[in-house]
Amino acid sequence: MTVIDSRKTPLTFDSIAPGVGLAAALKLSRSDLIATVAASNLRGRGGAGFPTATKWNLAAAAKVSEGECKFVVCNADEGEPGTFKDRVLLTEYAPLVFEGMTIAARAIGATRGILYLRGEYVYLRPPLDAELARLRRAGALGRNIGALAGFDFDIEIRMGAGAYVCGEETALIESLEGQRGEPRNRPPFPVDTGFRDQPTVVNNVETLATVTAIFANGPEAFRALGSERSAGFKLFSVSGDCDAPGVYEFPLGLTLRELLEKVGGTNAKAVQVGGASGVCVPAKAFDRRLAFEDVATGGSIIVFGPHRDMLAVAKNFMEFFREESCGQCTPCREGNHKLLEGILMLERGECSTAYLRELCLLGETMQLASKCGLGQSSPNAFLSIVEHFPEEVLGRSFAAAGGER
Amino acid sequence: MSTVKETHPGTDRAPVSQNPRPLNYPPDSSKAIGGEVSVQIDGQDVKVPIGTSLLEAAKKVGVHIPTLCHHPDLKVAGVCRVCVVEVEGQRTLQAACAYPVTSPLKVHTHTRKVRQARRHIVDLMLSTHCGECYSCKRNNNCELQTLAKEYGVDFYRFGHVKTSRIPKDESSYSVVRDMDKCILCRRCVRTCIDLQEVGVLEAIGRGHETRISTYLDKALAEVVCINCGQCINRCPTGALHANDTSDEVWRAIDDPTKHVVIQTAPSPRAAIGECFGLEPGVPMTGQLNTALKLAGFDKVFDTNFTADLTILEEGTELLVRLHDALVKKQPTALPQFTSCSPGWVKFLEHFYPEYIPNLSSAKSPQQMFGAVIKTWYAQRNGIDPKDIVTVALMPCSAKKFECNRPEMGSSGFKDVDFGLTTREMAQMIQEAGIHLPTLAKSGFDDPFGDATGSGVIFGATGGVMEAALRTVIELVTGLKVEKLFEHANIVPVRGFEGVRMIELPIPQVAAEVPEIIRKHVPSFDFLKGVTLKVAVAHGTANAKRVMEDIRAGGPFSECHFIEFMGCPGGCLGGGGQPIPTSPEIRQARAKAIYAEDAGSAVRKSHENPAVLRLYTEFLTDGPCGHKSHELLHTHYTSRGKQIG
Repeated sequence: MTVIDSRKTPLTFDSIAPGVGLAAALKLSRSDLIATVAASNLRGRGGAGFPTATKWNLAAAAKVSEGECKFVVCNADEGEPGTFKDRVLLTEYAPLVFEGMTIAARAIGATRGILYLRGEYVYLRPPLDAELARLRRAGALGRNIGALAGFDFDIEIRMGAGAYVCGEETALIESLEGQRGEPRNRPPFPVDTGFRDQPTVVNNVETLATVTAIFANGPEAFRALGSERSAGFKLFSVSGDCDAPGVYEFPLGLTLRELLEKVGGTNAKAVQVGGASGVCVPAKAFDRRLAFEDVATGGSIIVFGPHRDMLAVAKNFMEFFREESCGQCTPCREGNHKLLEGILMLERGECSTAYLRELCLLGETMQLASKCGLGQSSPNAFLSIVEHFPEEVLGRSFAAAGGER
Repeated sequence: MSTVKETHPGTDRAPVSQNPRPLNYPPDSSKAIGGEVSVQIDGQDVKVPIGTSLLEAAKKVGVHIPTLCHHPDLKVAGVCRVCVVEVEGQRTLQAACAYPVTSPLKVHTHTRKVRQARRHIVDLMLSTHCGECYSCKRNNNCELQTLAKEYGVDFYRFGHVKTSRIPKDESSYSVVRDMDKCILCRRCVRTCIDLQEVGVLEAIGRGHETRISTYLDKALAEVVCINCGQCINRCPTGALHANDTSDEVWRAIDDPTKHVVIQTAPSPRAAIGECFGLEPGVPMTGQLNTALKLAGFDKVFDTNFTADLTILEEGTELLVRLHDALVKKQPTALPQFTSCSPGWVKFLEHFYPEYIPNLSSAKSPQQMFGAVIKTWYAQRNGIDPKDIVTVALMPCSAKKFECNRPEMGSSGFKDVDFGLTTREMAQMIQEAGIHLPTLAKSGFDDPFGDATGSGVIFGATGGVMEAALRTVIELVTGLKVEKLFEHANIVPVRGFEGVRMIELPIPQVAAEVPEIIRKHVPSFDFLKGVTLKVAVAHGTANAKRVMEDIRAGGPFSECHFIEFMGCPGGCLGGGGQPIPTSPEIRQARAKAIYAEDAGSAVRKSHENPAVLRLYTEFLTDGPCGHKSHELLHTHYTSRGKQIG
């Protein structure tokens, strides 16, 4: 199968030779290792932006049941609509990802690693397995890694089965355990009660590859990039109405306007940042920054040109969530369905403004009362589109009848 | 003379298909300094042990937080979200049932956000809940209805489904599934998988298409459902209910050519008051006799009569098995398992069919009664058995299946025509305009009369074992039970511990075997110095542990006799009992049952004069004799768990 190389900018990862990051990391004591990650200010690249060093520290301190071990799980269930940067990493830079897992294992004292691979990426499995075999032969996986007595760690690949919600870390763990992929109650968090109820670190593919880069180039080099609260470089998956969709690397903190200039999308009327569960930013707010302190994102950027029907955009997203909710909690299972119903009513011009207001309040309830991040973020796109594009949302029957809006 | 060993064999429970787990966070909370943490709930301070849920903490200060998916018998799910509260410093609302307190918190339980969220959640549940309250089995006993009232639902904000989408599954004799009313709290799933470890019900589909289903969406009668009805007891709505046959019973009562007799089991009598607003644990035996007569039943009999009969049959069978094994040195299926719980019997037929030979061949008291009524009673009273309709009031949904087993017709007729649950009987009594609690008490009808205390305690876990031991000890040792156990209360077999094992060294044996069983067992000498090992398990999850232990050759495989009850708590926690249920409610019912035993004039099955008369007049070749084998014993079906 041909895979189109979607890289549009040179990536930092190009300059990192396999093995360098791991070798540098294994020279450090376990506490210095986590301290280095802390010094880099790295925050999770999956979207939530949780400080990686904090996560590792908690898992390092957590206790293991007798006969069990700690786990490092690489979340490669890249399922957020408009996200495809992990695929590039797994295709082109897999050694760096596996090195990052090994470094994490060293940091927290894990002996088993699992790469949870998105079901649709099954074609990547043979090369990834080959890479793992190569690492074992090279002594970078297995027993006494890096000649460090007692540092045993190996990685296996497990396939996802196509559920979006399994990108949520606790649902992912349920799936690994052979159960329906449904999020758990938190707390307890995976760092102390994760896979098989043992301390488990779940990190995104990009986070782990970035860890390797941090050890190869030093935490200072990483922290020098980005904004104060969002350090370093980040990959962006850019798609939609722009001249050059693809995978880009930018330092965090750049504005949407800057990004759109680089990808040839300056005439956009809106950008969906963070995928279906992200927010829709209208043109008037393009000076906002892509950073955890402003518009947080796992890197999905979908550009909407002037001709796009924003209600259709909202409908597309809500159709997705109506199906992808795990169906466990009431606000998400029923709420997404009601929001989609509302959009269909709006399309037909049958939704009163009073009911639309109620639906917006329902969106707020979903954000507040859903069990996991899916339901808490699924109304975002709907709410921001209703807020920023009321003229496209209301008065549809008139428009449908051929009238000018 | 007894030593009690509480044994918990086996490993942890089977993998659950859901993720709810006990709140044990943080895992080492017991080591925390002081082990307590203070919480402020709506301005009130309270100290709770670390790891306590917000819901429990709120209860301590009298703050009511609504719940729906939460159930005291089940693991925490946190899925309905109706219990959300605002925790200061948290971006989102937290489910009080699932949020463990691990650090000082300030909590608000009725802010604007909380009120809006709860109202929306109730409205969302109502939007897919198809069905009218008037025509619902759970009208006035429905948690969704209560919530709608509490949260002031005055219109269907997000609409309301009016047409049925899912056909009812009425295939089972015991449980009806009306999934139009399901609101996906998954209490049934957690009951079936975690509590009972049967695993018939599970959520399938995703998102808005999620629903509760069976293996390959098959009808309930075609899967490995054991009919225990525990799911019914924990369903908050009318989505699950028993297969009600009270209309047929009314028809029989209305038919002047029919002689309608009813037998009442001890557990419904200890619980039916709950349907009339009484606290759990108020026995209604005498009042119920009066009510049933008023309602139109011709005769009211006590199932305890055949419970005593079961003890004689099953006890004799045990002695025969022991004799076969120890004297004749024949390969014998031991331990012997009790067979009076039809949920347990079907569980064994599905999951451990290779152990069918261990099941006592004695029918359950319900079925023995049916057979005796349509033979001995019919002859004695000159009534054509075809005109007799036998009804059984049971705490049980599986009894409905049991009375429809094809082999249950040894009288030449269907031995028991209808099994009614406690709930259905309460409904019939209400329909007849009778207010049960205020009625005068009356006794049971002859010729069966009032039975013994041993029959009564069949209703509680350990009861069958205690009744059997009272009889076996006296017959074998020739000593009065009271010499060995104060007031003949064999306390070691009582209680709610899931699995209990007891060893009873036999101190001496009687010089003579009672005549009634002498032809099976000529002498008790072979039991000299033997230590009788017995065990009790209730709820099929516990039964499974014992069975796995037996399979592995563990300590339970060395038992002689094991009592198994399909439902947690035994019959008093049966799937036909009043809703709601909880550990406290079941304990209260047990108290009522043991009080009735303590107050009985005769407390040992082998001293029941009516039973002895049955053996002299009718079953003349004694327990386990030819006639009793024909009428009072049965066989089982190896079902397996493979579903075609």
